[in-house]
Amino acid sequence: MIEVIEPGLYMTLQDFGRFGYLSKGLTRGGPADEHAFLWANKLVGNRFDAAQLEITLGGARIRFTEPTHFSVCGADAKLSLDEQPLNSWQSHSATAGQTLHIGQAQAGLRIYLAVAGGFQAERQWGSVATVAREKIGGIHQNGQPLGSGATLNTEKSTADIDRRVPWQYRPDYSKTPTLGLIPGNQYEQFPDTVREAFCYNDFTVDSSSNRMGVRLKGHSLSYQGKGIVSEGINIGSVQVPPNGEPIIMLCDRQTLGGYPKLGTISPLDVSRLAQCRPGDQVRFTRVTIEQVQQQLARYYRFFDVQLACQNA
Amino acid sequence: MTESSYPKVLNAGADAVMVCFSDRIEEAANERVTALQQQLLHSALPLTDMVPAYSTLMLYYDVTQLSEAALRQALEPMLQDVNDAPSAEGSLHTLDVYYGDDVGPDWQRVMDSHHLSKQELIEKHTAQPFRVFALGFAPGFGYMGILPEALVTPRLQRPREKIPAGSVAVAEQQTAVYPVDSPGGWNIIGRTATPLYQPEQGILSAFEVGDYVQFRAISRQQFIEQGGNPEALHD
Repeated sequence: MIEVIEPGLYMTLQDFGRFGYLSKGLTRGGPADEHAFLWANKLVGNRFDAAQLEITLGGARIRFTEPTHFSVCGADAKLSLDEQPLNSWQSHSATAGQTLHIGQAQAGLRIYLAVAGGFQAERQWGSVATVAREKIGGIHQNGQPLGSGATLNTEKSTADIDRRVPWQYRPDYSKTPTLGLIPGNQYEQFPDTVREAFCYNDFTVDSSSNRMGVRLKGHSLSYQGKGIVSEGINIGSVQVPPNGEPIIMLCDRQTLGGYPKLGTISPLDVSRLAQCRPGDQVRFTRVTIEQVQQQLARYYRFFDVQLACQNA
Repeated sequence: MTESSYPKVLNAGADAVMVCFSDRIEEAANERVTALQQQLLHSALPLTDMVPAYSTLMLYYDVTQLSEAALRQALEPMLQDVNDAPSAEGSLHTLDVYYGDDVGPDWQRVMDSHHLSKQELIEKHTAQPFRVFALGFAPGFGYMGILPEALVTPRLQRPREKIPAGSVAVAEQQTAVYPVDSPGGWNIIGRTATPLYQPEQGILSAFEVGDYVQFRAISRQQFIEQGGNPEALHD
């Protein structure tokens, strides 16, 4: 078991998300940054979808009540176990009674804590993912974040592995990321000026961004276009409302949307975007669906991501 | 765009495509959406999620098993059939609604748009069942239509921050019930006591896409007896 002493700004329980319920209006939820999440599970020998804690901006303190194998990935923050400094993107072992301190994030936004075996909670619609807006998921199945004093059960695990993530796979969250845009079917409906402006300017992440989406400012993409009839909307979709400020959807997006879309950001780059803080800059480049699908398939195979199919 | 160019399969991201049957709100296109969804549930394609909307069916798939090109190829013969598939018969639900001004503060806006009496408009809202075209925005929120011209009313200029659960609303050609307290910009004309989203009971939605909902007018007294929340909605 673990006990939350200080949750930091916002600590939620997340597994890989809820699949198969978009048609009922339930969003996916899950980790905003899949990349850090998948590595954290891999480091402790978990299944790809074992539940973890997502900690926004760090500043958390957690006590292990039994010997636990754990890893911390995501935003850069100082880690210590009973005052002993630790590295992130690496697996560690704690003995019963030890306290893990996760400092304030220095770069990046979200930190993931995985324990061997994963955190246990009752699933709702196949998942423990916390979605505040829908009042589902989390340890009390009501969408609430974890508070001080919360306890979480961990599955027994005999894993005792020592792994670290190779340097080339650790993102540098202090650098301006270039995010790949797969142009969508409404891309051609935007005027040339808007399409060019999107790929030739830097944008600033706005403070109204959250797990539903990232709002970008700095260059208006206003256009005289009609809305579309509401339709399904993917994670990574770049919606452009009439005010010209693009919104890129993240894991807690609404399931339908009616604003025209430039296209979709590659899932690999959505993870990086989810680590951007208000005020951070991002830029875009066009990529092809073939490129992205090859990368994504390789990446999912590496992490042994096995998604359940609806018709299985 | 000519009718014959539909259905179209469009890219919707690294792991999804959108099958598009029309660019308008029409029952025929929505029937094809649900027909294709049923057909795909029995297919062997590795689909991880499906999102039916007015005239589109979004398909999420496992990219480790299938590329977009391969999915398009697999869909092609199925799309030829779907146009002719008989439409599945949706269930009919009845929702009791108290159409009072206290819980429906936008009656004046709706009446101003059309110069009909409130009683005449209530009759139009309860005259025939409306089809559920899509579920989304929030769980349990059904996009229903198509409203008769007399009820077509533009959205509010400025959305309200909080609309009570159960509020019945109209916007453009659509009508809906807010399943949970939420912000929203539709015109509120009444309230139902029937809960639509009850996650603690395991109920995500009272209806499915393709179902029909018949609204029925009840009195304030009946609404309260059904357990309705009679608290007035003010701006």
